[in-house]
Amino acid sequence: MIVSFTLNGRSRTVDIEPSTLVADLLRENLNLTGTHVGCDTSQCGACVVLFNGEAVKSCTLLAPMLDGGMLTTIEGLSGPGGSNALHPMQEAFHQNHGLQCGFCTPGMVMTAVALATKNPAPTEAEVRHGLEGNICRCTGYQNIVASVLAGAAAMHAPGIGE
Amino acid sequence: MRSFAFHRPNTLYEMSALLGGVIDSVPLAGGMTLLPTIKQRLAAPAALVDLSKIPQMFGIAVTDGVLTIGAMTRHVDVAESAEIRSKVPLLASLAAGIGDPAVRNRGTIGGSVANNDPSADYPAAVLALDATIVTDRREIAADAFFKGLFATALEPEEIITAVRFPVPSAGGYAKFKSPASRYALVGVCVAQKAGKIRVAVTGAGPGVFRIGAMEAALESSFTPDAIAVIKVSSENLSSDIHADAEYRAHLVTVMAKKAVMAALQTL
Repeated sequence: MIVSFTLNGRSRTVDIEPSTLVADLLRENLNLTGTHVGCDTSQCGACVVLFNGEAVKSCTLLAPMLDGGMLTTIEGLSGPGGSNALHPMQEAFHQNHGLQCGFCTPGMVMTAVALATKNPAPTEAEVRHGLEGNICRCTGYQNIVASVLAGAAAMHAPGIGE
Repeated sequence: MRSFAFHRPNTLYEMSALLGGVIDSVPLAGGMTLLPTIKQRLAAPAALVDLSKIPQMFGIAVTDGVLTIGAMTRHVDVAESAEIRSKVPLLASLAAGIGDPAVRNRGTIGGSVANNDPSADYPAAVLALDATIVTDRREIAADAFFKGLFATALEPEEIITAVRFPVPSAGGYAKFKSPASRYALVGVCVAQKAGKIRVAVTGAGPGVFRIGAMEAALESSFTPDAIAVIKVSSENLSSDIHADAEYRAHLVTVMAKKAVMAALQTL
């Protein structure tokens, strides 16, 4: 089945089995292994990507559902002005030590970007509620929450993201 | 995953033809239950019929005191709708508490109601608000719709197109959620309209149900104290590793009082 969509800003057309999951399409067919598959049962959030700007679990989305839409993966995040530098949210995770093993990080960052896009100045409680679908087994979440708060502020700082 | 065909009709007519045309064709709404079910090999449909391109199944509107929500409306859209937040705030807060953000970005009201999971949130609101289920062929009153564990009055290939909620004068929803899934261990919805009260419970038993004794007590006095001594029997309630039937029975009264408190704030 032919499916056309925009992937990280570039149009892509793929020919795939209709039962292909987006997580598998990304990792197996398109070699974008930044998206991780943790539980494969829609609970852990490691596979979160942005579909039309919104956080979705790519292990629970069929590739045909992408048709005509816009997909952004962790590889598609870019620094200020489209530069190759880290996205402000990635930079915040770095600065605040928002990860230990790093397995959950791509999903955490994508969820955080969606959250901060919708809610430019989230409270700590809103961040914790917003991360309910992302599981981290290392950190205890404290530094992840701090990272998201800092990342949200950085994303909306004057002069960033033009 | 086992292979299947994938169709994306643009009209209800096309949808019906596809669903009726191939045996084991299954409608796909948000996929938040269906896709995990297929992945676990608990279902093996021959074809999925994606409902996301049928315009009649979308939209939120309030006319003449009735809120109509298209079946493909996602939980995030209900949670964030200014119209629903002002007219039926209990529905907006209920939707905001389903699953997690990624689930709310895909999951739909029609899918949730048609699936009738015994722990889902929407069935409690549909029953308490005395909603009408609109399908591609008829209208079904909430009291006649839910038939227990994952069962509804829907016929094969019958599809929900919208849910119509009479706007209540007051209403509230309270749930004790499973911390892992955020499904309701017990959820209670209370709604008041024209002096009549309806109380509906989800999560506690094999399907959503009303509590007549609480409805009568609240019609005399719409306060949490009026139902504090009313207990439901644990006899037909669910027991699992999260909560036994006795505990669920206890939670029903606790959540009902909280729902009344929430409803009083909307008056």
